[in-house]
This record gives sequence, C-alpha cells and structure tokens, in this order.
Amino acid sequence: MLRFEPRAEVKWHHEWLAVAVALGLTAATVSAIFVLLGLDPASSLHRIVIRPLSSEYGISEWIAKATPLIIIGVALSLGFRAGVWNIGAEGQLVVGGLTGGAVALALYGISGWFVLPLVLLGGVLGGMVWASIPALFKVRFNASEILVSLMLTYVAILLLSVMVHGPLRDPDGFNFPESRLLHDAARLPRLFDAGRGHVGFIFALVFAVLGTWIVKRWHLGFSMKVSGLAPKAAEFAGYSRAHTVWIALLIGGALSGLAGVIEVTGNIGQLVPNISPSYGFTAIIVAFLARLHPLAVVPAGLLVALSYIAGEAAQLSLGIPGAMTQVFQGLLLFFLLGAAILVNYRLRWGGPH
Amino acid sequence: MDATLIGAIIHAILVASTPLVFAGLGALIQERAGVLNLGIEGLMIVGALAGFVVALSGQPLALSVVAAAGAGAALALIFAILVLRLEANPVATGLALTLFGLGVAALFGAQYVGASAPPVKAWSIPVLSDIPVLGRALFAHDPLVYGSVLLAIMLWWFLNKTRGGLILRAVGEDHDAAHAMGFSVIGVRFLAICLGGAMAGVGGAYLTLVQTPMFVEGMTAGRGWIALALVVFAAWRPLRVLLGAYLFGSVTILQLHSQALGISIAAQWLSMLPYLATVVALVVISARGVQGTSAPASLGKTFRVSR
Amino acid sequence: MKGFGTKAVALAAALVLAACSDNEQASAPEGSSDRVKAGFIYVGPVSDGGWTYEHNQGRLAVEAAFGDKVETTFVESVSEGPDAERVLSQMANDGADIIFTTSFGFMNPTVKVAEQFPNVKFEHATGFKRADNLATYSSRFYEGRHVLGLIAGQMTKTNTIGYIASFPIPEVVRGINAAYLAAKSVNPDVQFKIIWVSTWFDPGKEADAAKALIDQGADILMQHTDSPAAMQIAEQRGIFAFGQASDMAAHGPNAQLTSIIDDWAPYYIERVGAVIDGTWSSSDTWGGFNTGMVALAPYGAAVPDDVKAMAEEARIAISEGRLHPFTGPVNKQDGSPWLAAGETADDGTLLGMDFYVEGIEGSLPSGQ
Repeated sequence: MLRFEPRAEVKWHHEWLAVAVALGLTAATVSAIFVLLGLDPASSLHRIVIRPLSSEYGISEWIAKATPLIIIGVALSLGFRAGVWNIGAEGQLVVGGLTGGAVALALYGISGWFVLPLVLLGGVLGGMVWASIPALFKVRFNASEILVSLMLTYVAILLLSVMVHGPLRDPDGFNFPESRLLHDAARLPRLFDAGRGHVGFIFALVFAVLGTWIVKRWHLGFSMKVSGLAPKAAEFAGYSRAHTVWIALLIGGALSGLAGVIEVTGNIGQLVPNISPSYGFTAIIVAFLARLHPLAVVPAGLLVALSYIAGEAAQLSLGIPGAMTQVFQGLLLFFLLGAAILVNYRLRWGGPH
Repeated sequence: MDATLIGAIIHAILVASTPLVFAGLGALIQERAGVLNLGIEGLMIVGALAGFVVALSGQPLALSVVAAAGAGAALALIFAILVLRLEANPVATGLALTLFGLGVAALFGAQYVGASAPPVKAWSIPVLSDIPVLGRALFAHDPLVYGSVLLAIMLWWFLNKTRGGLILRAVGEDHDAAHAMGFSVIGVRFLAICLGGAMAGVGGAYLTLVQTPMFVEGMTAGRGWIALALVVFAAWRPLRVLLGAYLFGSVTILQLHSQALGISIAAQWLSMLPYLATVVALVVISARGVQGTSAPASLGKTFRVSR
Repeated sequence: MKGFGTKAVALAAALVLAACSDNEQASAPEGSSDRVKAGFIYVGPVSDGGWTYEHNQGRLAVEAAFGDKVETTFVESVSEGPDAERVLSQMANDGADIIFTTSFGFMNPTVKVAEQFPNVKFEHATGFKRADNLATYSSRFYEGRHVLGLIAGQMTKTNTIGYIASFPIPEVVRGINAAYLAAKSVNPDVQFKIIWVSTWFDPGKEADAAKALIDQGADILMQHTDSPAAMQIAEQRGIFAFGQASDMAAHGPNAQLTSIIDDWAPYYIERVGAVIDGTWSSSDTWGGFNTGMVALAPYGAAVPDDVKAMAEEARIAISEGRLHPFTGPVNKQDGSPWLAAGETADDGTLLGMDFYVEGIEGSLPSGQ
C-alpha cells in the first residue's frame, strides 16, 4: 500500500520536488482534458504557457501582473506568521489606489520629481489608515480583525465607486465614472520598451528581500512569530500582542495600499470603479503557496500571475471557455498545495515498519 | 409605514437571510471542529447549480435539497482530503476551492441560461399564519426558512447537549488532547467538513430554488464570504449565527426600502450599511467582553499524530 | 438520483462535444488563411443571459453570415481594471483584423492598444473616444425606454412604477428620464420609485429590490440591471415587468409586457463585412430603432390592443425620425428649464446626462 513516511531531514531540494510534482500533475491533467477536447496537448500547452512569455512584451506584462500579488503577498506572509488574520488586503489596496490616485489628480499638471513619491506616499498612507481600523478595534475592543478587515473591503469598493461617480470623475468625460488620465509625472517609470512592466516590480523584489531579513534576523520578526505561535508565552517574555497586531496590520495596509497606487499609476493610468481583479484575495493564496517565506513569494506570485495569463491565452487561441480556465487554475492550486506534503514526507510502498 | 408593509419587510428579511443562515451554520460546524474553510462561496455555488438542475427536471423540493447537499459535501470532500490527508494549508486550499467551485458551476451551468424553475410553494402554518401582520411575516414561508431555524436549534443542541457535540468541540479546542483520549481527530473533521459542505450547498440552493429560481454563473455574489464573517460575529455559536444573518438581512432590505421611500443619499453610502452595521455590532459585543467570544483553540491548525 | 447521475454524464459529454466543435476553427493554422479574424472582449460571461450574452449572439450572427470568410475569437469575463489592456494586445498580436470591446470601461485600454496596432481596426461600445482605426458604437436604448414608459403609464393601476437601477451613469439616468417623461405624458399622476442596487449583476439583491418596490405599491417594474430576477418576482407576485437586454419571457410568461432587446447582430455583420470588403472606416454609430440595434420583444398578452397600437405608433414614429423622446418643454428636476417647447435634446447632453427631469423624486447619487 502507498503511504507517507516522515522524512528524517528536510532538505531544500524537497521543496523543489514538491513543486515539480505539482506542475507535472497539472500538466498531465490539463493535457488529458485537451486530448478529450480533441486538441494536441503539447502544442496547446506551448500556446498557452510558453508563447505568451516568449517576447519582451510578454515578460513585461507577466511582471506587471505579478507585481501587486508579490507586494501584498510579502506583507501578508509577515502578518500571517504573527497570527494576525488580515483578510481585507483587497480593501486596503482599493483605498490606497483611491487616495494615491486622488493625490495624483490633485497635483494634475504639476511636474517635478516630487510628484510621484507624494502619490505613492498617498497610497501607502491610505492603506495604512484603512488597516488601522481593524487594528484599533482588535487592540481596544478585541474585535476580530478577520471580520472587520473583510467587511471594510466591501466598504472600500463602494467608497471608490462613490468617488469616481462623483467628485473624482473626469470633468470632460461626459459624466462617465472614470477620472481623467493621470499626467506623466504621476506615472511609474517603465522597465521595458514593450508592455507595462514597471519599477513596481523592483519594489516587490526589495520588499521580498527585506521581508526575509525581518523574518530571519530582526528582533521584530522573532517577536511577531512567537506572538503568533504562543501569544501567552510572548506576553510573558515581554512582547506586546498589541504591538504585534498594530505592526502586522500596518505593514499589510502600507504594502497593500502601495500595490493599489502602483496599479493605478503603473498599469491603469487613471481611477476607475474596478482597480483590482481581487489581487488582495489572490495574494493570500500566494502567501501560503510560498509557505509564508517572503522570498518564496516571488516565484509563487509569478506562477499565479502566469496561470491567469495562460487562462486568457487558452480562451483566445484554443477557444476554451473562461470557466474551464478557472477550473484549471483551481486544479493547479490543489496540486501545489497537496504536493507540499512531499516536503515533509516521502512516499513508500508497503505497510508501516 | 403601515402594518402590511412592515409585515412584508420582515418576510423579505427572512428570505434574504436564509442562505446566509445555512452557509453560516455550515462554516460554523467546520470551525467548531477546528477547520477553517474559506471555500464556502464555492460550496454554495455548486449547491445552487445541483439543486436547480434537479428542480428543473420536475423533482420535488426535498430531492433538490438532497442534491444540493450532496454536491456541497462532494466538493467539501476534496477540501477534506487535501487538508486532512495531505496536510495542505487550509486557508489557501479554501480559497482554491472557491475558484474551483465557481469554475465548475459556471462550466456545467452555462447551458441553463434562460431556464426558470417553478417557485417553491409556501407552507403556511395553520392558525399561526392567521395572526395579523406577524402571521404572514413569520409563518407563511417556504419550508427551507423553517428548516434553517430548525437547523440552528438542532446544531446548538448537538454541540451543547450531546456526546457527539462534546467530541466535536474537544477536537476543535485541543486536538492533541482529543487524540490522547482516543477520539479520531481526522475522522471527526472529515465528517464536520462534509456536513458543513452540505449545509453550505443548501444555502446556495436556496437562491436557485426559492429566491430567484434560475441559475447564472457567479450568482452567489459573495454571500459565502458574508457567511464566514457571520460565524466570527456569532462567536461560533449557532443561535447567534441566526441573529447575525437576520441583522445583516435587515439592514440590506431596509436600505432598499428607504430608497423606495425617497431618501436622498447616494446609494453607495446606503449599500455600505450592512457591512458597517456588522462591524459596529461586533465591536459593541466584543467591547462588552461578552464571554466565550474567542475562536476554537485549534482552529486552522494542522493535526499530526505525534510520533 | 440515478437519473441525475446519467444526466450529469450526458451533460459532460455534451459539453465536451460543444467545446470540440468550437475548437475546430480555432485550431486551424494561424495566419495561413486569408480569413478575416474578428475578436470580441466581453466584460461578463457569455452565459450571463443579458448584456454579454447578446454581444455573443451578435458574434455568432457574424459567423453565420460570413461562414468560411471569417474566424471569430472572444475572451469573456475580462475585468475592466488592469487586465483589459493585456487581453486586447494579445488579441491584436494573435492576428485579429478587427476587435470589438464591449463595455465602457474598456475605453482607454482600447485607445492605447489602437495606437500600438495601427493596422488593426478597433470598435469600442458606448464610449466617446475615436481614432482613425478606432470607431465607437452604441444603441439608443432610451428610444426603447420611451415605449416602455408609454405602456407603463397606461397600464399602472397604482400609478407607481418601480425602477431598479444599477449605477448613476448617464446611460442609466437617460433611461429613467425617457421612461418617466413618456409615462407622465399619458398619465399625469404617475410616480417613479427608484432603487439603486450598486451592482450590475446580483440576482438575489435585484430580487430583494423588486420585492421592496412591489411592497411599496409598484405594480409595474422596470430594470437597468442584468439578471431576470425582477421578472421572476413580478411573475410570482402577479404584476407586470419589462425585460432588459434580452427577451425574458421565459422567466415571466405572464409578467413580461415587452423587453428592450439589444440586437448587435446587424451592426457587427455590417462592420465585419466592411473589413472583408476593405471599406471599413472609423465612425461613430449611435443606432436606435431605425438601425435594428434596439428592438422590442413581442408584447405580452396582458397589453390591451389600444396600448399596443399606441406603443407601435411611437416605435415607428421614433424609427422614422418623426418623434424624439426628449422633446420640450422639459425642465430639470430643480425646476430650471432644459428644453424649450418643441426643442429636442442634442446628443452631447444626452451622452453626459447627469440630472433628473422635473417630477422625479429623490436625488441622483452623483448629481449636483
């Protein structure tokens, strides 16, 4: 009988083994479905996974898609390690995009090096303010941050809607719910000639490294981790749970807000009613795929971003319904999450010894 | 506002809240066993489709409900295997389950565009439904509304008054101790996940059987998330889930009525009210330090047999 | 349950077959054919039964009309945020000759990608920005709303019409005003109750809004949201309603008085045909009854003959240009004059309409 046996020692290549197995299983399942649909699996997979990435434009767009996932994923991986359940990163992203975008609109027409930093700061502060509400309620009233941050996500989306339908809409836009296009001084610089890959991706990489450093070296990382694992012991050791909650949520709010303003200034270029296709929720998956290692968030974010791009390519060049690409995505995640068991266990034939 | 209108509003509140009650209780039973499942939205939508397909083929309500429960339980089983057998991270697996469920339901539901099922008949309770105003508001509903209340009471009774409930709570509070006492932690959690999945499936089916008897992809429209929030709001107590769902439903329905009465506030502000009301209520409850507001101690933690 | 099981299997098989037949033309070698390739970008799923569904019917009509001469592709459920630009570029890169973007929120991404692909033709629905290779098109749905208003005004017994609205954009406001003015013209006592649900698509919430309106006295419902939920509620409660975007009679055989149908087929066939002929040029089309882009579903059995006759007369008059739904004297809600007697509204004002006309109660969420 097939069974799992704990590994005596977990090595780094076991992690890669798990990922390879998951990708292999996904490719096999998707290929099988392609065969059922009468498609050639090899060329079809090539069309949806390889070809979209085989140009400078493709790489650039891939990076643009992954950037918010990585930035938020890093922040959430720190917070989740501390046992602070910020489920509302999506709302913090939306508010960050809104406040950052509002700053950009307020500075409309003004050029100068200081414009973009102010805009980004506006987004960061907006996200922090939004995240400080669940933090305050948690610390002062012991109200669950899960519920408060989630509910505030819906409020944030409606708030953005009010603003772009009213005060922030384009004065020359026939009263449609969109702001005017941001001016160049408020746009994030591009990394490539083609596509929208922008310097936000550099931020993402920096945060991933910084996050790793916090986890590994810094006192803060340690206290947050202890606080998450054993709150009572942490308090005994002099770490304040309240501090941990504040820090975790403020980091989450700051980076989610930054991700929001980066989307607005880097990818979209104006405020619209929908600035995020659920990046804040998808980033939760990314954080856990990376098993809460900030550095691992980078490949995890790139992989998840690729799954969206492949889904679009599948609809476009294979005529596969959008719903089926969603199913593929679910399967990929199931395999990745399930195969993680191979990190700590190995497969053995036969009964227990 | 006349009495008939008040009665009609209460009636509408109960209908709007019922999917949240079923789904909330489904999330609750899993969480009391120590399992955090963020896939409620996915479970609801497959239940919604399965229930609708059976109803459309002219089967009686009971069979539709069974089908919805079965579909929810089947999808939940995938979650259970991943989380309990393969020790996958429950938070991410739950989110993936939502994606998968929405995709599967959309794929198989696409052919039902434009189909309408016959609405479920109300079961007016004799005598009680003749009470002025309240009779129609409370006692002239479809069977599932009564069923949801009954389910909340039964779950309360099960958790607090039976040995099975005691075991389930023990598994959720301290799985190592429960294991040491000889209970099958994994077995209990498998059952709780499947039962919870079934309840969430019925919650979704309420939409396609009663509220709007049709199926369109994405029609659960985030109700699974509200259900999850309600469990936290209810401090993991079944009867408070009922209360929370009715609070949320009330604010939703009342804001619609206030618009029809001609209140001049931007609709988006009014649409925020249900979410804000839930937060405010939670803060008030938490600030008062009502006892037992904390989560089951083993919630979301992976159980491994010590070796 | 056995029956259900076999049904599921049959269903899966049907699905696979359907997908296969869809794929035949998609997997033909790319770029090798001289067939014109038309791409469509949808904001919702093709199975939404409303807005996107009708655009997809238009795409299928293009396939039916030109057969081997065209090839079509589409991407559904494209979010109006950051993803649109990428999907558009991919489609253009994939060799599309003409691309239709079917939601207002795709406007600026379409403008941008159109600049990058000067040899590809773009068509953006409901927007106002154009270029040499970017045309715009929309429908004068308000013409349909006028006819709906006439019917509603005459058929209401409670003098209360319920209106379920989505977001306060000009298109929705225009529809409310057109319907109200028409209803008022045949029934001076008519009153509109309007609920904004802040969503285009949430059947549960739309149903709740429909019930609220009925409970507050409405006996006819109109909607500017996408699902047939309100129609179902109207049927259950024994009142009347008008469908939106598609014929919704299946959901309310007794309730539906008629329905505004978005018929994109004539436009799509014309424009793809122009690409095939090499006669395509950028233009701004705002078609109404006259172009067939706005159509009405067959009148319900409950509509009396005289009302039917009046509605038909209005429809034909609008179609022939003899009647404009916005003809003065009309004042704005605050009493200030908008249109003098006999004056008709210009398209610019209609396009950006953000005010209620006199007589409508409540205030516009974004209005001044």
